Amino acid sequence: MPYVSNEDAKVDEQTAPGRLTKILDSDMFHSFLRSKVTVVAACGTLFLFLLALLAPWVAPHNPFDLASISIMDARVPPVWMEYSDPRFLLGTDDQGRDLLSGIFYGMRISLIVGFCSVAAAAVLGITLGLVAGYMGGRVDAVIMRIADVQLTFPAILIALLIDGIAAGVFGSIDREIFAFYILIVSLSLSFWVQYARTVRGSTMVEKNKEYVQAARVIGIPSAIIMARHILPNVMGPVMVIATINLALAIVTEATLSFLGVGMPPTQPSLGTLIAIGNDFLYSGEWWIAIFPGLALALLVLNVNLLGDWLRDALNPKLR
Amino acid sequence: MNVLDIKNLTVEFPGRKSVFVAVDDVDMSVEAGKILGVVGESGAGKSTVGNAVIGLLQEPGHIAGGEIFLHGKRIDQLPYKDKRLLRGRKIGMIFQDPLTSLDPLQTVESQLVETIRTHMPFSGNEARKRAVELIDAVGIPDPEERIKQYPHQFSGGMRQRVVIALALCAEPELVIADEPTTALDVSIQAQILELMKKLCEERNVAMLVITHDMGVIADITDHVAVMYHGELVEYGETTQVLGAPKHPYTQSLISAVPRPDIRVERFPVVNYIEKAGTPQKQIDISTHWLGKSRDYEKVEGPLVQIRGLDMRFETRGSIFPSRRKYFQAVKKVSFDIQEGETFGLVGESGSGKSTIARLVTGLYQPSGGSILFGKTELTSLKNRKDVLAMRRQMQMIFQDPYSSLNARMRVRDIIAEPIKFHKLASGNSEVRQIVDDLLDHVGLGVAAGQKFPHEFSGGQRQRISIARALATRPRFLICDEPTSALDVSIQAQILNLLKDLQEELGLTMLFISHDLAVIRQMCNRIGVMRHGELCEVSGCDQLFEAPQHAYTRELLELMPSMELLSRANLESA
Repeated sequence: MPYVSNEDAKVDEQTAPGRLTKILDSDMFHSFLRSKVTVVAACGTLFLFLLALLAPWVAPHNPFDLASISIMDARVPPVWMEYSDPRFLLGTDDQGRDLLSGIFYGMRISLIVGFCSVAAAAVLGITLGLVAGYMGGRVDAVIMRIADVQLTFPAILIALLIDGIAAGVFGSIDREIFAFYILIVSLSLSFWVQYARTVRGSTMVEKNKEYVQAARVIGIPSAIIMARHILPNVMGPVMVIATINLALAIVTEATLSFLGVGMPPTQPSLGTLIAIGNDFLYSGEWWIAIFPGLALALLVLNVNLLGDWLRDALNPKLR
Repeated sequence: MNVLDIKNLTVEFPGRKSVFVAVDDVDMSVEAGKILGVVGESGAGKSTVGNAVIGLLQEPGHIAGGEIFLHGKRIDQLPYKDKRLLRGRKIGMIFQDPLTSLDPLQTVESQLVETIRTHMPFSGNEARKRAVELIDAVGIPDPEERIKQYPHQFSGGMRQRVVIALALCAEPELVIADEPTTALDVSIQAQILELMKKLCEERNVAMLVITHDMGVIADITDHVAVMYHGELVEYGETTQVLGAPKHPYTQSLISAVPRPDIRVERFPVVNYIEKAGTPQKQIDISTHWLGKSRDYEKVEGPLVQIRGLDMRFETRGSIFPSRRKYFQAVKKVSFDIQEGETFGLVGESGSGKSTIARLVTGLYQPSGGSILFGKTELTSLKNRKDVLAMRRQMQMIFQDPYSSLNARMRVRDIIAEPIKFHKLASGNSEVRQIVDDLLDHVGLGVAAGQKFPHEFSGGQRQRISIARALATRPRFLICDEPTSALDVSIQAQILNLLKDLQEELGLTMLFISHDLAVIRQMCNRIGVMRHGELCEVSGCDQLFEAPQHAYTRELLELMPSMELLSRANLESA
């Protein structure tokens, strides 16, 4: 009987499989393929991202090109209705801009704002969470109390506050240029707490593991231990939060734009488009609000479904 | 007549890529009033046998072949409902961890009464009376009072007694005990084993004890089944199998068990288990980087002097000093470690031995006392450069090979990190060469460098840990329970490796273990610790042959005796 464990065979094996085959063969990819909803959501997300990314090439019109829009085309209904115009598939808004193109460009802005604010929130939250979790004691207490206070302000309130301050400092003319940055700052300020709390929790678990103690015995300073040893080991839950937060950031951005403190009508995001359409809802021109609304719902739903799957796939308890 | 008969049992776990056969064509049986031990190393399939009998195989595992009979009645094909009635009623189960196998929100009484009334036609009062009797029978004093308490009010050993009482509630014919004493200290282990044996005889219960511990097998079982990779390799009377093992796997397994009563120079090489991978080339330590520039100053007298070391942890913080509460983990401990020797620290869990290791390496700041390393007082080092110089000279090997390596780093980078950090080599190519040599030297082979830790088994990971510890060229190595998470055969290999390295490199070692038998194999002098205090320090042979302190004598008496085990292949040192 061959009593040789297959462990040595593993070690002696010289040829490592390629990275792609490894990914395609992983349990994670397998669980992805098994969940039909996730596959559909991933395809949907990819499709919408591509549309947004390639908006200048795939959109039938350029809604920002003042030369090509005409007020005469304002409020044209979608093509299957009476008085429609074959040039505008989903109709036009109050200034004669093609809605379909507007949605493509609006999604682009929504996504850029979403990604930037998620990235900014993650960087801020992870850094503070790592420091709080690793240092403990007073540093931890101070950071987490700030986080608690932060949680008591809703994103909209922070955005209004920052918007108000910015308006006072820069004047109202520059506001259109700064709107984008104000949005990102206010969104990331309201989202960082979640990252900080999660990372702090994981860090407190990781720092007591023996590999961190081994690094300390070697004499490696705290900053390097945090960056090189702990950070890669706490990234799993962060990825989950980031995905789910992306959807949340897009919705919050839309809310802010709808309320008029987000993107200005000259650079409309999905929220701005909905806000414009809102004025015409009761006068029968429903398409101006409904189509951007549907696009927003579809985008957020797809991203959320992806995030849910990621959360389950990375949670060992649910396997 | 046999209570339990297992015939040609095969258990399979279908996986995504292949079917894993956890138990392969196994036969065994137990008589009433007898104890059958199932022994094997991790992955041998011994627990799966127990779970198959009681019908608690974890999905997707299933019985792929064979039959299980309880008192001649076939039970493996019963529908779920009938199987559930068997559990508790006919088959009792004792789990490994008494901390998690009791419901923390219910009193012991309500858990016992619930079990009794589920299976027996008793009224509430009768069930309560029976519960008290059971608690009394498993040796818990004041049963009337204690039964009203919650599990957290019992110590680990007492809780395991409650678990045993639970298993016996409905007078089962068969009790399955899965690693019943693994989570317990030596002294408690002895009591629990004695209790199990007594109850088994008194109540004429058949018992299936699943364990990795040869000591437990030797102590209480009548028959033993040795399993390896799902197969039954040897089966027979315990005295027969342990005294004169026939199968080569059993022989090597038995020879790898450290004995408290005999000291071996090296453990016999265990062929059947995981091969360590042979080093491709021998390196000459005297000229190699590893042996070179061991230019530490010679010290007069002991290398490490610990004087009146104190450590207390705050258990309740408060801004008012008078309201703070402390736990004294180490109390006024003093000992010396001579250069080149291995000093052992032994004690039960919570005795403070690991705390001392962490104090010496500087992971904790002591509350009082001094640690002298050579001529340097470690507790008062402030200058970062001095601290680093000290850190380089002492390294530590940790207990848990699964958490002591960063899962996100390649093995090569893990070992290179200390070399690069302390700038012990010039240039990346030299570092690379040193890492390869280290990997080779600890028996892993150069190819291991580009892999991640999860691709290795526990023993191989511990080798990586050792290579990392050696990478700063330390003169003092602290081993904190380096083998307690490993199987015996792997333990033997790691202990051999540590002995070899010490000899080659002239390392001084502080070796911490709860296992007296391991301590005896490794150490020159031994300190016995209890509740944070050092009871006794004496030479290895002296400690085992003429213990001075009452606690040492107690520990030695409680150790499972290994006299039944065959002594083939062992040469005394």
